[in-house]
Amino acid sequence: MTAATGNPVANTASRPLGGGRRISLDWLGAVPFFGYVGLFLILPTGIVVVGAFFSKEGPTLANISDLTQPFIITSLINSLLLSTITAIAGAFFGALMAYALATGNPNGALRRIVSAACGVLAQFGGVILAFAFIATIGLGGLVYIFLLNQGLDIYPNGVWLYTLPGLMLVYMYFQIPLMVLVFLPALDGIRPQWREATESLGGSTWQYWRYVAGPLLTPAFLGATLLLFANAFSAYATVAALVNQGGIVVPIQIANALQSETGAHDPGFAKALALAMVIVVAIVMTLYAVLSRRTSKWLR
Amino acid sequence: MRCSRGEPQNGCGDGGPRWSNDVIRARRLKLQIFRAVVLILLGAFFLVPIGAMFEFSTRGNTMDAPRTLTYWASIFTFPDLVQAIIASLELAAITALAMLLLLVPTMIWIRLRLPRLRRVMEFICLLPLTIPAIVLVVGLLPIYLWVSFYGDSIYPGAGDSILTLAFTYVILVLPYTYRTLDAGLSAIDVKTLSEAARSLGAGWPTVILRVIVPNMPGAILNACLLSVALVLGEFTVANLLNFENLQVALVTLGRLSAGVSIAVAVAGLMFTFALLIALSFVGRPRTQTKLPPPKAIAAIPQVSASDGPVWGQRT
Amino acid sequence: MNWHRITRLGLVVGIISLLAAACGPSTATSSSSWATATSASGNGGMTALIAAAKAEGQLNVIALPPNWANYGAIISGFTAKYGIKITSANPSGNSQDEVNAITAGTTRAPDVVDVGMAVALANTSLFAPYQVATWNDILASQKEPTGLWFQDYGGYMSIGYDSSKVPGGTISSMQDLLATSGLKGKVALNGDPTKANAALNGVMMASLANGGSLDAISKGVDFFHKLNQLKNFTPVQATDATVKSGATPVVFDWDYLSAAHGVDVPTWKVLVPQNAILGGYYAQAISKTAPHPAAARLWEEYLYSDEGQNLWLKGLARPVRMAAMTTAGTIDTAAAGKLPTANGTPVFMSATQATTANAYLNAHWAAAIG
Repeated sequence: MTAATGNPVANTASRPLGGGRRISLDWLGAVPFFGYVGLFLILPTGIVVVGAFFSKEGPTLANISDLTQPFIITSLINSLLLSTITAIAGAFFGALMAYALATGNPNGALRRIVSAACGVLAQFGGVILAFAFIATIGLGGLVYIFLLNQGLDIYPNGVWLYTLPGLMLVYMYFQIPLMVLVFLPALDGIRPQWREATESLGGSTWQYWRYVAGPLLTPAFLGATLLLFANAFSAYATVAALVNQGGIVVPIQIANALQSETGAHDPGFAKALALAMVIVVAIVMTLYAVLSRRTSKWLR
Repeated sequence: MRCSRGEPQNGCGDGGPRWSNDVIRARRLKLQIFRAVVLILLGAFFLVPIGAMFEFSTRGNTMDAPRTLTYWASIFTFPDLVQAIIASLELAAITALAMLLLLVPTMIWIRLRLPRLRRVMEFICLLPLTIPAIVLVVGLLPIYLWVSFYGDSIYPGAGDSILTLAFTYVILVLPYTYRTLDAGLSAIDVKTLSEAARSLGAGWPTVILRVIVPNMPGAILNACLLSVALVLGEFTVANLLNFENLQVALVTLGRLSAGVSIAVAVAGLMFTFALLIALSFVGRPRTQTKLPPPKAIAAIPQVSASDGPVWGQRT
Repeated sequence: MNWHRITRLGLVVGIISLLAAACGPSTATSSSSWATATSASGNGGMTALIAAAKAEGQLNVIALPPNWANYGAIISGFTAKYGIKITSANPSGNSQDEVNAITAGTTRAPDVVDVGMAVALANTSLFAPYQVATWNDILASQKEPTGLWFQDYGGYMSIGYDSSKVPGGTISSMQDLLATSGLKGKVALNGDPTKANAALNGVMMASLANGGSLDAISKGVDFFHKLNQLKNFTPVQATDATVKSGATPVVFDWDYLSAAHGVDVPTWKVLVPQNAILGGYYAQAISKTAPHPAAARLWEEYLYSDEGQNLWLKGLARPVRMAAMTTAGTIDTAAAGKLPTANGTPVFMSATQATTANAYLNAHWAAAIG
């Protein structure tokens, strides 16, 4: 095989069958996934989105206009702050930890244990996580009492654990392990030969990360950060246990609208809030797509 | 033979800077210190709250009461717990398997043949995370009515089995597992591998199972860990659909008293942890080292790192 | 992907979603005669009911935690007496979750519900009328005339506290909570008042104690605003664990629920403020589409028998037949003696008052404790 007419290996592998319309048969490969997802994800999402435009009386736009109420806007801003900060911080610390793991023995006990622990902690949340932090740095918590006995009161101006900053700290508990698990496979793909090659060309550590490993890891890093953002954005059970008053973030507002037993029950409004969340994530995804296209331009 | 810095006249190549043993040792030491600091600090951050929970679950009733294990012992008195554990384990196995079968071939296919669908798949795989589970269940209820209806007509009792939760769980694990598998697929050159294998006469199942999958063991393992952990830790959807899985049973058990609620939570965590450790021993070849180049591309001339953009190409 | 294709796809998904949500498969409602029976005597008597219930063999209940008004003992008592297995789903659910589960359908839907009055009144279309054997013992104001819902037990809103963690070891009135020291971050409500019935009544009790009335909850909101400014208020969801760990040593809750904390914390005390005795009853209802109609009706008969009512009394709740049973001498006097004392006449919120209160809270609560 010669390279006279382009890469014949590539041409052979992608030669159209039956001559002509190669697209139609390629689509078949995607049908199982999109069919399954269509039934169990797109359809329920569609039901929720469509339901946002209905109320008990019939079709209405009142749910959408109710979204502009000030306390809803505050919730949305809180949600965005919480998700963005925990995503970036979680990505940073998670990447550090993943790097600490990836540079070790891939079959060693440390990696197994830490990976399994990350798997458990990434899904750990809700009432029990909130209680774990209350038992640690709450008013009767072990660490709080310990520090108090050393003369350090970490709550001079009120218990910040039950405010947005405290919530961010608690969220790190599952954001970091999630980042480790999702980013580790990308770090595994870094070959030591690349480091050697950089060295042999006269590059320093900084140049290695800036020009070789960094750009190669950036797509995976950005994707993982996006995942962390969405994870924090829709998390509900932990906030509900820790900051139960006042509807601080959007999922709490949704739960109030769906499960209120005092009269605030409004499933149409809950669906409108969910629709708002989907739109926000769609916008963030677009930003992510733009960013990742720009950073991987040289890879094309 | 190690050369010291720039000695072209001694046959040390083009005279560029080379490592010396000291540099290597210093760098390795810095790396070990970095690893130790990171793992110890973050390890403390994660372990202290669990220790606090454990301490709470062994507290007696009053300030001076002695430590007690009664709350831990009462875990075993709950009759429905075993059934719930078995159901959750079955769900975890089904979900992990179904997820792999659904995602891996599709992701490979889209990378190779349908690159325009990549963003679409990415968005779809992020969608389950954008909607809180409490609202997603509202949309799932009509679907489950149909599942229950058709399931019963296929096999009596199948429509109401707790295993129908697997349909939802595969969707719920999509965001995490897609990201992990995507990171793993990005690290290997899928296009070259598959084209080489195809040119040697392999069918698509062989390409997927015997060429690509063995090259991403870390990603597949992590995806399975995430799936199993999610299924074992999932509460909201099972609760709102009135099924009793492990977490729902633990919450019911936890209403007996404060100590029991925390003891069962810690026990649940340790159970999942042990299971994931056991899982990490499955499927990892014992002689695994850092990814050796697959045999299939031996025929293709090796590209080296200094070839710039050509090597870095990813599809 | 061009926008034309996307909008077309979106339209298709939207139409399919509308259809999917609107039509469902016909859920097979039970064809048993008990599905429409309005009393035991009218359909063959108690023996026929017990036989039919045993034939069904199963009962679905929801949102009945074992330590809520002694439901743990009631459930095991019923199973021991009739041999019918009870599946208790969603123990942390609230009243709205219960009716949501009824509308969800499937054979796992609850047969009976125990809901707050607001939810009961709003969802009568989901219930089937039924009158238990002891129907006449229930006051007319505490039941729906045809039997769509009927109150079961109730209590008074109270302040429960750990006496070892409050200044002075005791709280004798609402004003004690406004102490400037010793109570930082210690006072909690059982839920968000815009969502949870118990919390709504907690704020209303604060209103009554501070000069407000059942028609105006604003004084209660002001009280909690003051509490928040003093940093005595904590937004944590109070649970058994947070009470035992000392994170929420003072909790506004129904007295029977509060009393359950005494198991974990021996120094727990319950106070019903003298000037604000706010009562609240829950109500039973049978689902119209109950998968096990005979078992559902037998369960109601059990709950309203002397045995069932006394079990609730053991859980420190006030059963609805308490007055009649005391006259008849069938009440468990030992358990009755343990009820928290309340010297005065209790008041109860009406449906309209609850709606007004809720509207006010929706508008002002988040700002008051923000």
